Amino acid sequence: MTDHINLFLEIVLGLIALAALLGFVRLLRGPSLPDRVVAFDLLATLAVGISAVYSMAHDQPVFLDVAVVIALISFVGTVAFARYIEERLKG
Amino acid sequence: MNLLKPLLILIFAGSGSFFVLLAAVGLLRMPDLFTRMHPSSKAATLGTVLILIGTAIYFEDGAIAVRAVLICLFLFLTAPVASHIIARAGFLSGVPLAEETAIDELSDRYDLETHHLSCPPAGAEEE
Repeated sequence: MTDHINLFLEIVLGLIALAALLGFVRLLRGPSLPDRVVAFDLLATLAVGISAVYSMAHDQPVFLDVAVVIALISFVGTVAFARYIEERLKG
Repeated sequence: MNLLKPLLILIFAGSGSFFVLLAAVGLLRMPDLFTRMHPSSKAATLGTVLILIGTAIYFEDGAIAVRAVLICLFLFLTAPVASHIIARAGFLSGVPLAEETAIDELSDRYDLETHHLSCPPAGAEEE
């Protein structure tokens, strides 16, 4: 049974990796800086999901701490980018 | 043989990854910044929270469940704030709206210089 769960979790990891790939396409294509920030925000959310699934697949609950830290840091990063975009206008 | 736990993990992690994938497809396919925010802030948060519920079920441990719930709460708190602040920055920096946009109520009421929001549209007072 555990083998089946592990196989399924690998598939889930693959799906999230596919989602991250699509997010990277948007990150590269832009066209504006806020678009890239949105894509970056999505990638950070995906990183939280990936570390959660990884902690299940490898039976290592420590990776959930990584997810907590990523969730905390990504919000600060997004706010910093938004502030940068707004402040840049006043130039 | 306990089948309920694998089944629950399968349901939660599977639907979570599905929603996350859907969010990425939406981010790629939507026409402009403000519509792209819908999938990236709503669907991705829902997908990640579903995956975290699956994680809490998988480990069957109180401390880990609390950690998962903590991440869920934090995502629910920060995702709206983050997407709102990017939307504001994007609107103020003049990111173009999609051609399909039906109404833009803010454009003639919001003064970009003084950040003052007027109640009637700016053009209505002259008539």
